[in-house]
Amino acid sequence: MAMNGPELPENVVVSRLDELANWCRKNSLWPMPFATACCGIELMATGASKHDLARFGAEVFRFSPRQCDLMIVAGRVVMKMLPVLQRIWLQMSEPKWCISMGACASTGGVFDTYAVVQGIDRFIPVDMYVPGCPPRPEQLIQAIIDLQDKIQREGTITGREFDTAGRQARKRALVEIAAPLSVDASRNPVLQREIAAEAGSLVGR
Amino acid sequence: MAATMTHATRREEPGQPPSVVDVVDALNGRFVGLASSVFRGQTRVVVPAGTLLPVMRLLKERGFDLLVDISCVDYLEYREPPMGMAECAGRRYGLVYLLASTVTNQRLTIRVFVDDPVADDERWPTVPSMVPLWQGADWLEREVWDLFGIRFEGHPDLRRLVMPEEFTAHPLRKDYPLQGRGERHNFPIITRENS
Repeated sequence: MAMNGPELPENVVVSRLDELANWCRKNSLWPMPFATACCGIELMATGASKHDLARFGAEVFRFSPRQCDLMIVAGRVVMKMLPVLQRIWLQMSEPKWCISMGACASTGGVFDTYAVVQGIDRFIPVDMYVPGCPPRPEQLIQAIIDLQDKIQREGTITGREFDTAGRQARKRALVEIAAPLSVDASRNPVLQREIAAEAGSLVGR
Repeated sequence: MAATMTHATRREEPGQPPSVVDVVDALNGRFVGLASSVFRGQTRVVVPAGTLLPVMRLLKERGFDLLVDISCVDYLEYREPPMGMAECAGRRYGLVYLLASTVTNQRLTIRVFVDDPVADDERWPTVPSMVPLWQGADWLEREVWDLFGIRFEGHPDLRRLVMPEEFTAHPLRKDYPLQGRGERHNFPIITRENS
């Protein structure tokens, strides 16, 4: 009836719930500190008293992935550590997000060697990258704030945004090599190309 | 009358470990084919691989109770023999044993040169293991096996130390590329849909 005011869209209740849930979740992100190297020190500094991460709701650095919803990968990840990283990521329950802190976690950093994974986003879905070697605590706080904005923008109360690929902004690395989810390197064409390129560059070393 | 200062037979410089001349003399007295040289105050003795174990046993009896490190150098791309060690005779791997005495504070370096085996049924060069003499050689030899591919005969548990177990290459050899051969990215990919 016209006396009830203007017509409301159908999903106004759901979107209001989404906003409420997003607001709650973004303001209580519990980080899982996956600190492997020097960036871990800066992560600890960010959680310490001077640059207090608890101001933004990330009060509790739980070391159990079952209780966290934000994984901060701080430091270089070697090939021996990557299965551990993947297992920890799978143990976290949704909704979950990942921040790749520092140059080494984002791209391998200065360590383009046989043992260091050149960017964890090749194997884990990453939401936020923090450049720096190491990034200053203020940069990490900015990343957390940006992640909070992202959650507020794109989050849903039921976690629907994680279901469909279309709603998640595709990362370049995942687009390139995501299709064959196979452990068998011989059937992964992009990996084969990479192996051939690296073997070919052997002459120059 | 001025007090005469008694000189020790070996004048020690402050801050330097005592001289190992007596040790090297004892070695040369017992074994043939050893070549010793001094570089910047550090003495090294090049030992043929066949006499390595007796030499080490003698050194342990003479008081070198600490095996500081075992390392290796790959001379694949060297055009000349390493400085002062022409006895390497063109062999590819130079093992380095750093010994120290915690009693007399002497330090000594033992060098052993080995080469890739030419026989078809052997894939890696072999050197006797120092674990029976120094327990600390356990992980040091595992590291050299992992990164250079030199087997140590008599080692109780020779397996990889720093690289993953399923790794197949020996990365610190000169013919292994710095970026590896794709092992570092050979893992399953987890996307949002399946995590």
